[in-house]
Amino acid sequence: MEKTKMVESQIYTKPESLTEIGTHYCPGCTHGIAHRLIAEVIDEMGVRENTIGIAPVGCSVFAYNYFNMDFAEAAHGRAPAMATGIKRVNPDKIVFTYQGDGDLASIGAAEILHAAGRGEHITVIFINNAIYGMTGGQMAPTTLPGQRTTSSPMGRDIELHGFPMKMCEILSQTDGAAYIVRRSLHDVANIRKAKKALRNAFEAQQQGLGFSMVELLSSCPTNWGITPEDALKWIESHMVPMYPLGDYKVHSALSVK
Amino acid sequence: MAKELLKGNVAFAEAAIRAGCEAYFGYPITPQTEALEHMSKRMPELGRVFLQAESEVAAINMVYGAACTGVRVMTSSSSPGISLMMEGISYIAGSEIPVVIINVMRGGPGLGNIAPSQGDYNQMVKGGGHGDFQPIVLAPATIQEFIDLTVEAFDLAEKYRTIVALLADGSIGQMMEPAELPPMRPVRKFKDRPSWALTGAKGRDPNIISSIYIDPVEEEKLNLKLMKIKEEIIANEVRYRDLMLEDAEIAVVAFGTAGRIAQSAIKTAREEGIKVGLLRPISLFPFPYERVKQVADQVKAILVVEMNGGQMVEDVRLGAEGRAPVTFYGRMGGVVPMPDEVLEEIQKLHAKLKGGS
Amino acid sequence: MAKGRIEINEALCKGCTLCTLNCPKEILHMAQDRFNAKGYRPVEIIDPEGQCTGCSICAIICPEAAITVFRMVKAKDRVAEKV
Repeated sequence: MEKTKMVESQIYTKPESLTEIGTHYCPGCTHGIAHRLIAEVIDEMGVRENTIGIAPVGCSVFAYNYFNMDFAEAAHGRAPAMATGIKRVNPDKIVFTYQGDGDLASIGAAEILHAAGRGEHITVIFINNAIYGMTGGQMAPTTLPGQRTTSSPMGRDIELHGFPMKMCEILSQTDGAAYIVRRSLHDVANIRKAKKALRNAFEAQQQGLGFSMVELLSSCPTNWGITPEDALKWIESHMVPMYPLGDYKVHSALSVK
Repeated sequence: MAKELLKGNVAFAEAAIRAGCEAYFGYPITPQTEALEHMSKRMPELGRVFLQAESEVAAINMVYGAACTGVRVMTSSSSPGISLMMEGISYIAGSEIPVVIINVMRGGPGLGNIAPSQGDYNQMVKGGGHGDFQPIVLAPATIQEFIDLTVEAFDLAEKYRTIVALLADGSIGQMMEPAELPPMRPVRKFKDRPSWALTGAKGRDPNIISSIYIDPVEEEKLNLKLMKIKEEIIANEVRYRDLMLEDAEIAVVAFGTAGRIAQSAIKTAREEGIKVGLLRPISLFPFPYERVKQVADQVKAILVVEMNGGQMVEDVRLGAEGRAPVTFYGRMGGVVPMPDEVLEEIQKLHAKLKGGS
Repeated sequence: MAKGRIEINEALCKGCTLCTLNCPKEILHMAQDRFNAKGYRPVEIIDPEGQCTGCSICAIICPEAAITVFRMVKAKDRVAEKV
């Protein structure tokens, strides 16, 4: 019997939708994973040359340097409004925003809510790491009760600062939302699930079903003051209980890939 | 095209459409809401974009986004709404994106009222928003001028990749006058969009539109570029109207509605034998400093009339360089001065000059 | 012969260790005696026994997209493989 011929195949490399530039993110920060997953999905859909991204204000303010496609940099929290303007005059383009929790759930709460309510045909990638990273670790709208930050040094006091904002739960109540899910980047299995969700979100946009958002529970080892490894564990042990993973809204007509 | 009776707010909105405006984003606010209403009907008819935003903050960022893709975009609002837009205006300036903004000013500060005012001169003309920049600011005094300047605003915005703001007030927005609309220009074809625009990186390197330059030296390069464009604008785009200035001993300087009121007062003063003329700046930035200087050399006194507490008067003083004394008359809070009040000021100046000679 | 192998773009590595902790064969280690241009200890693969299966787990967890993965496949399946 003849032996099956085996050859070496490159099965994974940096996606074309990322540039060659190394990121400025801290070691172990999951922004890089989120960027890569988005780029992989855009590659797989073959839409890189037809996509316009919008970077936020926050650690990912320079995302436009890392994505190999047309990009705009928005004012803090206003990415959904900017995306609306872009998409409305260019309905054939794939338009996505990349926003952190301070950007999306605090200063940009109005813009994200109304973009969802209008059913804007945009995709939002929401990075929730429960802290303001760029400014050095202050309390975010998503900071957990009791979590110490540089502006809640004794831990977030819900009597003083109220409760964390659960954006998937909130936005899934809008009729314009087509796909609202929460995933996590804390391990390989969850990263794979996150990628599938990102694909579905972009598919929802391409299929003209309405607003789509994938919330990604993410780490901030530097400002949490722990190692990258422990940061991933902390997502699982502390963030997932507060922010349950799952599908909050999936349009019945969505053709899942 | 024949003249028709047009309301200011409708006139500028329709003029924008005819100038090839492809998208309008706005939020209702008196006294400019008729523009938004007009757009809500006309833009969909023409297959263009109209969207009522959740706030002026969102509206200006929608404008920013749409304009990044190389199409003609505008918004309009009134004073408190323009205040909310200041953040976006600064980002647009920092990204060198052409955008047209119309401010139909009302009384302030704060919620103020809905009556005509010129209280936003400093806010708009001296930059608007944080950082080192100045948009082109044009001030119409008639509906026809409102129409013509709106059309021109789109061309200027693209020529210099800058914001062009029209500074009107509630009375120009609300009044009706016979005026002629321009012919309809088509919207820009996709293939004709500018090379810097976000159109999808097909067969080219990605375009990035951003106002962040983290390296101070790079930021300064942008600042210097903006300053160079500013110099070009100053050299090429000064606009003003003279009226009866040839033999004038007194010059009134007033813009927009205040200019119209001053015009009536000047005509009456002339009938009384007072040699008075009007200089009406149309471009508030670039301000006609040179013309003010020439006028200051010629006349014995300058009277600035504004519907505010005295804002443009500072620019007039800068232009006059002490060559003639500059006095000020203003009404605030949405009170529109009567021609008689301005006439009285002219008469007082005239008497003072006679007494002094 | 190993079923797979990886190439590490050392210039991009920030020494976060996530790949070393996730490698099922425990053949990824942080360099002990040197730094990359960024000043981090880059990850190294030490695989004398050819244990790497090309499972791609390291590439999936890598925040820097610094790892390229190769796997031995049947010649006829070469194109179809995806992570």
